[in-house]
Amino acid sequence: MDAILLQTLNGLDKGSAYALIALGLTLIFGTLGVVNFAHGALFMIGAFCAVTLSRIFSWSYTVIDETKTDFLGNPLKVDVPYVQAWFGDEMGAAIIDWSVPLAIIFAIPIMIFIGYAMERGLIKHFYKRPHADQILVTFGLAIVLQEVVKYYFGANPIPTPAPDAFKGSFDFGAFLGMEPNAIIYPYWRMVYFMFAGIIIAGVFAFLQFTTFGMVVRAGMADRETVGLLGINIDRRFTIMFGIAAAVAGLAGVMYTPINSPNYHMGMDFLVLSFVVVVVGGMGSLPGAVLAGFMLGILESFASMNAIKSLIPGIDQIIIYLVAIVILLTRPRGLMGRKGVMED
Amino acid sequence: MSKSNFTRRGVLKTGAVAGAGLALPTYLNAASHGFTNAPTGGTVTLGFNVPQTGPYADEGADELRAYELAVEHLNGGGDGGMLNTFSSKVLEGNGILGKKVEYVTGDTQTKSDAARASAKSMIEKDGAVMITGGSSSGVAIAVQGLCQEAGVIFMAGLTHSNDTTGKDKKANGFRHFFNGYMSGAALAPVLANLYGNDRKAYHLTADYTWGWTQQESIAASTEALGWETVNDVRTPLAATDFSSYIAPVLNSGADVLVLNHYGGNMVNSLTNAVQFGLREKQVNGKNFEIVVPLFSRLMARGAGENIKGILGSTNWHWSLQDEGSKAFVKSFGTKYGFPPSQAAHTCYVQTLLYADAVARAGSFNPCAVAEALEGYEFDGLGNGPTLYRAEDHQCFKDVLVVKGKENPTSEFDLLEVVEVTPRAQVEYAPDHPMFAGGSLGSCNPGA
Amino acid sequence: MFGLDSKDSKLLLIVAVLALAAPFILNPFPAGSELAQFNAGYPDLMQRFVIFGIFAIGFNILFGLTGYLSFGHAAFLGVGSYSAVWMFKLLSMNVIPAIILSVIVAGLFSLLIGYVSLRRSGIYFSILTLAFAQMSFNLAYSVLTPITNGETGLQLTLDDPRVLGQTATADGSIPVTNLFGLEMRSTYELVLGAWNFQFNAGYYLSAVIMLASFYMAIRIFRSPFGLMLRAVKTNQTRLNYTGMNSRPYTLAAFVVSGMYAGLAGGLMASMDPLAGAERMQWTASGEVVLMTILGGAGTLLGPVLGAGFIKYFENIFSKINDNVLHGWFAFLPDGMEDLLVTIVHPFVGKGWHLTLGLLFMMVVIFLPGGLIEGGQRLGKLLRRKSAKQDDEDANKSASTAAE
Repeated sequence: MDAILLQTLNGLDKGSAYALIALGLTLIFGTLGVVNFAHGALFMIGAFCAVTLSRIFSWSYTVIDETKTDFLGNPLKVDVPYVQAWFGDEMGAAIIDWSVPLAIIFAIPIMIFIGYAMERGLIKHFYKRPHADQILVTFGLAIVLQEVVKYYFGANPIPTPAPDAFKGSFDFGAFLGMEPNAIIYPYWRMVYFMFAGIIIAGVFAFLQFTTFGMVVRAGMADRETVGLLGINIDRRFTIMFGIAAAVAGLAGVMYTPINSPNYHMGMDFLVLSFVVVVVGGMGSLPGAVLAGFMLGILESFASMNAIKSLIPGIDQIIIYLVAIVILLTRPRGLMGRKGVMED
Repeated sequence: MSKSNFTRRGVLKTGAVAGAGLALPTYLNAASHGFTNAPTGGTVTLGFNVPQTGPYADEGADELRAYELAVEHLNGGGDGGMLNTFSSKVLEGNGILGKKVEYVTGDTQTKSDAARASAKSMIEKDGAVMITGGSSSGVAIAVQGLCQEAGVIFMAGLTHSNDTTGKDKKANGFRHFFNGYMSGAALAPVLANLYGNDRKAYHLTADYTWGWTQQESIAASTEALGWETVNDVRTPLAATDFSSYIAPVLNSGADVLVLNHYGGNMVNSLTNAVQFGLREKQVNGKNFEIVVPLFSRLMARGAGENIKGILGSTNWHWSLQDEGSKAFVKSFGTKYGFPPSQAAHTCYVQTLLYADAVARAGSFNPCAVAEALEGYEFDGLGNGPTLYRAEDHQCFKDVLVVKGKENPTSEFDLLEVVEVTPRAQVEYAPDHPMFAGGSLGSCNPGA
Repeated sequence: MFGLDSKDSKLLLIVAVLALAAPFILNPFPAGSELAQFNAGYPDLMQRFVIFGIFAIGFNILFGLTGYLSFGHAAFLGVGSYSAVWMFKLLSMNVIPAIILSVIVAGLFSLLIGYVSLRRSGIYFSILTLAFAQMSFNLAYSVLTPITNGETGLQLTLDDPRVLGQTATADGSIPVTNLFGLEMRSTYELVLGAWNFQFNAGYYLSAVIMLASFYMAIRIFRSPFGLMLRAVKTNQTRLNYTGMNSRPYTLAAFVVSGMYAGLAGGLMASMDPLAGAERMQWTASGEVVLMTILGGAGTLLGPVLGAGFIKYFENIFSKINDNVLHGWFAFLPDGMEDLLVTIVHPFVGKGWHLTLGLLFMMVVIFLPGGLIEGGQRLGKLLRRKSAKQDDEDANKSASTAAE
């Protein structure tokens, strides 16, 4: 029982990442009808916004410490971050410590700008082109983006820890009156889950309750008619592209303490997020979110020892297996609309 | 027009010669010299095949730096590095056998296919007489097989699987790096010493051949000292989030977690394990401990503070104080500004050992080189007295047990050496069951 | 010729000449010169060009004609390779049975996957094929290790049975792949002055098979069957309304292209008897998609060009290191040399991915029809120029005649 509860928690957390990426991807599919293979790269760029900010915060000047020596026997150079010099040791250290949450503020404008620039500069010219061309150009873009990141940050993962306040884990088991240590859950993962919930709710509220969102939804349903009504729908779609990029970027920022980011983390998520979107049903935002959480939870269940010993290797293929079963039983995924991306 | 071949007879003759050439199956220009890619002229070409793209690109870049340094030293440039401390003195800094050393590089992409393609192009196009490098066992074994077929020497880079010199060993392949068995043999006594003899271990193992051989080795050597292996869970290679594998650990009754992961897998699983607060927990009345049997300083950087106090083993570390290591760290650090990794060390040493074997054999013929390397005893290359065993082409030397440093002074100063395990303790019989099942075959010069 | 019209015969003839003369064409620079780095005329790369050409030709029969975008074709190449290597391990080192088996196994495998996946269309179809291929890859890498040898890849060993051949040669090595005794790796070298041309038996076998596959593809493109497939691409709904059941046609196309992939896999294993699981990964499936789109989907020659383009970058650009760069620019003054090396450095060697990514974008932005359209535009330009030239010449001669 506690094992199932434990894996459900894990799955919710994994699912949050899937859901956020798939949500952004669906916004682009649904509004613009573009197959965006660079979406994983946007997630990766978001993560590197956090890395960059923590680099900026720990930007340092060098002091030579004569009492210690480095590996070649020369006097050791010690780096002192400017923020510590300006704000005092304690405040400076706190700023560096909180760089990941602070990066959210830093990442939103950057990601919206990147999304906007991408749409205006490149994607715009590909609306009328076949999906194959869209795949080629966005895949090329994804490679270029990740190689640029690799050039500046290297190929190795870069540790970007969560603030000290969120280190360690919460003992759910003891909280629910079970044995201690039966169900533990890291604080940061809880933060991630709640953060994902807020973003998802925010996007839905924005689409549901604002005039802007209403127009966008109308445009998703019938772009031509909305255009005929004299509404500049393209402009709104461009902004939606920026928002989708921001959602992917924020998912990346908050993901950095969970796993140290590296330049190919976007590619690792790309295939999975496509599967999630399609399982959810093309063009359906609730479908994408639902499929994200569902696949996350099923993936966690499949890695349980009891199930693994029953079917060896099931955790390697569970996501794909579920995708096949769902697509065969429900032709348009969980909540897909008829006629979207079927040709 | 007295000496023209363009007579009917001349054309016929040329045709006949060409025909004969076609009929003779040759592998490149092997037939004319007795072995593949015999160096002609004043230079000899070595092939450095390292991962330049993909997750191990940084490790590959460090290997490449070491190779460039080795070439510089072999050609008499720089401060000579380990050539000054090497027990063999036949290398004079005038290249190899008087031929200037040149090199070509390639990208393995950490895929066996790509690695073989790149090694083949070095052999077929650039005339490389020796291939070296790599950062994973799958690639090392694949390229080793290729070099055996093509008739060139393969000096393995970073490869830790027992299979490289076990069931997949080849007569033309040589490994300086240590292996899973040695990690286990070196690590187990230290673990028992620090954590006690009655520990219960939970293994998370990367689900491919390297992971399996390491898990087998560690489990066997810790069980011999009284530990119990509670569970061994295989994790998919593509996994990035290990939470669902780590969460059940505390509940399993185990009090030690062994992470048989490398590279990105290791960084993520260790980060996740620390996130779950495993290290602050008490199980069975003991502190919960995490062990990473194969440590790489380069990759450990990605795990940041999480590696503090964690035990593991490594082939070599720059803080060693023997003359060879000091000389290498000095010339590498002076040239590049930071200390070398263990991958860089093993690649540098392999290049020197190859050059030295050629010089001692007096020939680039792979069979002569192999003979010179087999059973060769040397010293001064950073790991104490070392033997290249003839039976399986594995180097036997001291192994380091290391621990994540509590107070690192720089971003390179992440590990401290806990113990230098003497060579005798990590030796095993060539027919040890973990290494059984293959045979070297006979050396292939390619002719 | 062979039942082709004159335009197609010309195309086939051109491809045949190019393929047979490849060792010359791909080796334009003398060995030892600085530009020799760009030579691609060595056996391994030439083999890869034609083998991936076969793979892309086959993929194009499905994607180019029917518009069904499969993201799992690498799985068929993978099973083809595995079956070929198993043939070498169990039966003999002759490549013919190995290639035959790999085509059959890949055909059966694609029949199974195609039957299931073709129940959906559009992106749903793509994701189904992707899911099947990723499952194959993940399992081959881990739990199927007894069959696939996992991470290392399936290799030959000294104690394989090889019932119709020999287990080991007299001098204790693994025997090599051959075609009735002609070793695939045997190479005849022709040294002409500074040039060094390599004629490799394995390459010529692959090239002949590629020509046969190319011929088959032309026949399929021009057949009523091909027409039916195009109708599926244009408007499947309308086709269904006319009372046609299009599924058998798409399934046939899927299986044919799967067999092409198996053939390519079998040939790859025949040239180099090792089958790695990465051959089935989604990136490998993606690669053939990129090859086809890059070259020009739906055209006959495009996929082959795309395959050559990508493989060239992978193998040639990844090998250019700083040392080589310094060699190229050595004639410049030191400061200039370093500057140029710094500029070029990010795009070659470990940066070859970046160059490839940029080229993908350039090609698709400026040449919507892929490389083949680039060729056509170039051809048109030349023709217009020469036509102009002709006009001028005619005018000139007219005016001289008038004098």
